[in-house]
Amino acid sequence: MTKWRKPDEVPFLRLEGVVKRFGDFAAVDGVSLDIYRKELFCLLGGSGCGKTTLLRMLAGFEQPTAGRIYLDGADITEAPPYERPINMMFQSYALFPHMSVESNVAFGLKQDGVARVEIRRRVAEALELVQLGPLAKRRPHQLSGGQRQRVALARCLVKRPKLLLLDEPLAALDKKLREHTQFELMNIQEEVGITFIVVTHDQEEAMSLSTRIAVMDRGQIAQVGTPTEIYEYPKSRFTANFIGSINFFDGKVARSEEGELTVTVPDLGRDLHVRSTRQLAIGSDVSVAVRPEKIVISRDPLDLPNSVRGKVRDLGYLGSVSVYRVELENGALIKVSAANTRHSAEREVDWDDEVYLGWRATSAVVLTE
Amino acid sequence: MRRRNWFLFSALCFGFAFLYGPILSLIVYSFNESRLVTVWSGFSTRWYGELFRDPQIIDAALLSLRIAAVNATFAVALGTLAGLAVARFGRFRGRTLFTGMIAAPLVMPEVITGLSLLLLFVTLEAAVGWPSGRGVTTITIAHITFSMAYVAVIVQSRLSTMDASVEEAALDLGARPWKVFLVITLPIIAPALVAGWLLAFTLSLDDLVIASFVSGPGASTLPMVVFSKVRLGVSPDVNALATIIVGVVTLAVIVSGWLMIRSERRRERDVQAALADRS
Ligand SMILES: Nc1ncnc2c1ncn2[C@@H]1O[C@H](COP(=O)(O)OP(=O)(O)OP(=O)(O)O)[C@@H](O)[C@H]1O
Ligand SMILES: [Mg+2]
Repeated sequence: MTKWRKPDEVPFLRLEGVVKRFGDFAAVDGVSLDIYRKELFCLLGGSGCGKTTLLRMLAGFEQPTAGRIYLDGADITEAPPYERPINMMFQSYALFPHMSVESNVAFGLKQDGVARVEIRRRVAEALELVQLGPLAKRRPHQLSGGQRQRVALARCLVKRPKLLLLDEPLAALDKKLREHTQFELMNIQEEVGITFIVVTHDQEEAMSLSTRIAVMDRGQIAQVGTPTEIYEYPKSRFTANFIGSINFFDGKVARSEEGELTVTVPDLGRDLHVRSTRQLAIGSDVSVAVRPEKIVISRDPLDLPNSVRGKVRDLGYLGSVSVYRVELENGALIKVSAANTRHSAEREVDWDDEVYLGWRATSAVVLTE
Repeated sequence: MRRRNWFLFSALCFGFAFLYGPILSLIVYSFNESRLVTVWSGFSTRWYGELFRDPQIIDAALLSLRIAAVNATFAVALGTLAGLAVARFGRFRGRTLFTGMIAAPLVMPEVITGLSLLLLFVTLEAAVGWPSGRGVTTITIAHITFSMAYVAVIVQSRLSTMDASVEEAALDLGARPWKVFLVITLPIIAPALVAGWLLAFTLSLDDLVIASFVSGPGASTLPMVVFSKVRLGVSPDVNALATIIVGVVTLAVIVSGWLMIRSERRRERDVQAALADRS
């Protein structure tokens, strides 16, 4: 499944320095990306960071101010939307209100001049795929939100595009239906073997759906990678903060030897040890970042290379995990989460307990930005 | 509470009386036996009979209907294009000017519109020989120029509430722009076009001032005939004519209102059904 990591694989979709300006404002500011066949690629970012704008340029509704877009080797930067082998599922679904479900799905095939018998067969097939066969004769306003969304999906899939763009496909659904549909979406993608680009601002959705994620920030790509890479090895504070929660310690590099950095953190009054292959000059400013679940919390001293003392200020019980806020001696608050392996009545650590926090050198990452 | 109710009730009565009193008296007097409009002398349908035997009235009514229908059709076609340009083309050079100019006929005094059109027609005839003389053609053209502005405004407001992504979805699925307009946009805004057509039709049927300016010999619309008759003294058959017009208009309003309520009810039922399905 890691085809896109093969060095000789040619990218299927290639964006080269794509810029889109609205007046003086750059909604998309120099995006270069390679996306490979059969990927389920997620664009992740906060509201207004340019995700929809980027997608609209791929679909052909907006012209890039600068840069080129190549699909399967062909330059499609200037091609109108109706000539691109790309389909888009809109944030608002954009179903044709005056047509039945069936006609909505058949619309794209009719434009291509597909024979009538063939159209009927493929429409039935597509409706089957999204489990809407019995509702074929209904109008969009006679459907629930989730059903509309599946019609929109069927309408795109039936054309068998080379590339399918989905703009926040699950945003309008409630949590349970959303999780269910996520799996459905992944199954469908595997079944039809089309390349998907999915826009979302829900990081959990991105993590569970995608083969790779691009994190966007103010029109630029902050980082591209597999969900694990993005989560475990964020390259910047922005990415680290955007995906999950994280603790930062600011300091200076004191020593660098054999893949291990020693960072002096003045606030903490001690050194932290981090495994890193990066070559950093002694004395340069860095942040050490540790995820809450990588920190061990205990009432007894810990035998770990990084260890600090603190007092539990806050405790949140979330069912499967508990989240602790621990105040260090210097007043900084550290977030720690631990799996609830025991019943809550026999919890080891409680409010206002003096605790030790510790983590391995491999559990933290060093950020220079 | 009671006081307020009384106040509201009398306000309502006064409002209705103010609006419908004159029309009611007109309807009552149309069934008057007497030749004198203001003297009641008994019930009769005599004036209705006379009305249908008066060729001048019948001809004028037919002419007005013809002009109104042609005008409404052209106004819808042109007004739709203008509304589309404003609502869909985004920004183009002179957009504000264009929008302003579309709305201008709505507030322009009719006398000025009529006079300027008359001058235009006279100049055109002198310059290119068309339109030769004034009559049905010039009235129709004049009516189109102002009623298309109303249609444009209606279409523009309908388009601006229509989800533009529906059109984009059609483009995305492979339909060319003109096809998107015909198969997607037109059917969706069709109710607005019908409303625009009816409005243009009634505006043309109503108009007296502009028609008087640009009309020529032999081309008298119904309002022109009525007006000239009334100037010679109010005659009871005009009351009868007005009653018929009021009747037709009321019927049209009731029918269109009924159609709208029915489709709205059906939509609500469908939505309820869809919600029930989901659970
Ligand atoms: N047609 C336009 N004219 C001017 N500015 C625009 C236009 N379209 C988008 N923008 C601006 O570009 C920025 C990016 O918009 P975009 O819709 O791509 O955001 P997004 O990442 O999809 O956000 P969301 O998650 O809220 O959907 C926003 O600041 C928006 O105001
Ligand atoms: Mg968006």
